[in-house]
Amino acid sequence: MGRRVGLEVSLACAEVVGLCNADVVAAYPITPQTHIVEHLSEMVADGHLDAEFVPVESEHSAMSCCVGSSAAGARTFTSTSSQGLALMHEILFIAASLRLPIVMAVANRSLSGPISIWNDHSDIMAERDIGWIQTFAENGQEVVDLTMHAFKVAEDKRVCLPVAVNLDGFILTHVIEPIEMPDKAEVEAYLPGFEPSQSLDPANPISMGIVGMPEIYTEAKKANAVALEESYSVIKEHWEGLAKQFGRTYKPIETYRTEDADTVFVTMGSLGETTMTAVDQMREDGIKVGQVRIRLWRPFPVDDFMEAIAGAKTLIVIDRALSPGLPAGPVATELRGMMYAKGAKQYVANFVCGLGGRDVTRAQFVEMYHSAQKAAASGAEMSCQMVGVKE
Amino acid sequence: MISAAEALKDFQKITPKTIPLVEPFSKGHRACQGCGEVLALRMVAKAVGMDMIAVSATGCMEIISSSYQTAWETPWIHVAFENAAAVASGVEAGRKALIRKGKIKDTGAKIVAFAGDGATADIGLQALSGALERGHDFTYICLDNEAYMNTGIQRSSSTPYGAMTTTSPPGPLSKGQMTWKKNMPMIAAAHNVPYVATASPAWHVDLMNKVKKAVTIPGPAYIHIYSPCPTGWRCGPETSIEAARLAVQTKVFPLFEVIDGQFILSREIKKPKPVEEYLKGQRRFSHLKPEDVAYIQKRVDADYERLLKLVQVTNPEA
Repeated sequence: MGRRVGLEVSLACAEVVGLCNADVVAAYPITPQTHIVEHLSEMVADGHLDAEFVPVESEHSAMSCCVGSSAAGARTFTSTSSQGLALMHEILFIAASLRLPIVMAVANRSLSGPISIWNDHSDIMAERDIGWIQTFAENGQEVVDLTMHAFKVAEDKRVCLPVAVNLDGFILTHVIEPIEMPDKAEVEAYLPGFEPSQSLDPANPISMGIVGMPEIYTEAKKANAVALEESYSVIKEHWEGLAKQFGRTYKPIETYRTEDADTVFVTMGSLGETTMTAVDQMREDGIKVGQVRIRLWRPFPVDDFMEAIAGAKTLIVIDRALSPGLPAGPVATELRGMMYAKGAKQYVANFVCGLGGRDVTRAQFVEMYHSAQKAAASGAEMSCQMVGVKE
Repeated sequence: MISAAEALKDFQKITPKTIPLVEPFSKGHRACQGCGEVLALRMVAKAVGMDMIAVSATGCMEIISSSYQTAWETPWIHVAFENAAAVASGVEAGRKALIRKGKIKDTGAKIVAFAGDGATADIGLQALSGALERGHDFTYICLDNEAYMNTGIQRSSSTPYGAMTTTSPPGPLSKGQMTWKKNMPMIAAAHNVPYVATASPAWHVDLMNKVKKAVTIPGPAYIHIYSPCPTGWRCGPETSIEAARLAVQTKVFPLFEVIDGQFILSREIKKPKPVEEYLKGQRRFSHLKPEDVAYIQKRVDADYERLLKLVQVTNPEA
């Protein structure tokens, strides 16, 4: 039986990778991801995890090493942040198109410049189109469960795609939380050993990563896109399996007090918990607000999202990254595009907040609400507003 | 881990009569006529045998070998330009873990990374250095054709002094490549890896034996193979092997091994031919003036003397 423990979330992430019996861990240090690979290196050194710990010389090599070990048939994990994820960028596409079930924790952090080690979503938003499955954790428990789930989905023969589990840097990674840690037997029951559908084996030689001539490149890209789209049902299926075994339910889109809400805040990651307290406070003041939280970012659960916002008149989309040159942040841009195609009539207000570790307060949610109401009442299009800028 | 000397105790040399008949790199690739690089690659593959896992960097050998009909009879993976050594590290680590955990059998498969000079000396140097330092059991083969030939003959840090490429053109203010060729074998040797060697397709038995040694010795090994490119060097496709031979005979590309830090000359050049003889066979050097040739000769002689001293210092009994 699992047990309830007080654990730093990074350590919990490493512990669950150990419980998942990873064969190879590629590691390069970057704040605030470091505690994850530090703890994994300790587990390997102490003999608690039988894995090859490869302390590579860069994140580019970390992802390259992961591609090699996953292609060799090994269960493979790495984690990174910010500039490290940006340095991996080139190889992330290749990992997906080679259909390699690598699991990576991304401790979300801002990008230079100016250099900042603190949290926002700039790093992962720059990696929206890499062809990976991407989930966002709200708290430590989700980090543990989504990591287990990531291996389960990635290695499913109907999927064979890499998965990135996003957790907010510092705000989650460095916080001690009460977590239900499963035990080894429970994890093994949920996640059996990795049986690759193909690997680099001299007894059965295959060529991986061949040149894509114009007559085949389009088809190869389509195969990647279709695989990502079709992973949706498998992702849900394995969340159901997780619920059955561990009693914790997960959905692609989570809602909070949306039943009669006129206005909903759309959030991702750990900000969801602050949003819930803000929603509670505003409800006490008689304001009908709710929250819609995106847990599954890729493949995007369009129908679940449309269902979640169906009753609302106004959406307040909170972006934690900029999309300079566009009138909206990356999340709002995507949601507007999606809603337009579905003929949705909701008003979408968009705010960027919490960049580079700036705190987002409950009072700011109230401010955002009133600005959005004003804009919605005027009916005028609303460009993205940055919250709490000192001018 | 056993030492290189121990690993080579029962080493059975390949002789002209015992050249392996296997062809892990098969016919049907799309290399240019007279390509010295693909010839070297074929020899490497023969020496390693069918129990090879090849990792390829982006470049000529990847492009010409991996169309619909792949030329690889053994497992092969290509990921990107600069990361063959890092991918090979991963393959090695993955297999090591799986063998230890009893998930796959240890068949003694050899992991061999192939990369050109750009992928080795320029963009891939960091990944190579990291992999050599970490001590993965793999062999790295640099197929050096002395420029970015796959993209159309641009200079690399491995392009020799004076050579004309599309990004080192000679002109009133330029002699062509203005810097001396980066000494990759010495950079590899500075990592204190158990085995480093230079090889040439003009000495194919020597080349194959070096490859066989590299894959026999546990730990990282680096082989730098001189690989003539008639297209980029502006010489006749029938002159590839001649160019490779002249490079050794003129001391431009000496053949040697570094085993556990000891330098061994594979072939001492007692009566060297003048460098001019090597240069005049390739139109990439056709713009050079007699004083440029004299400068190159001087530098080649000095480098060779330095190599001889390294042999004396590290291997006084040789």
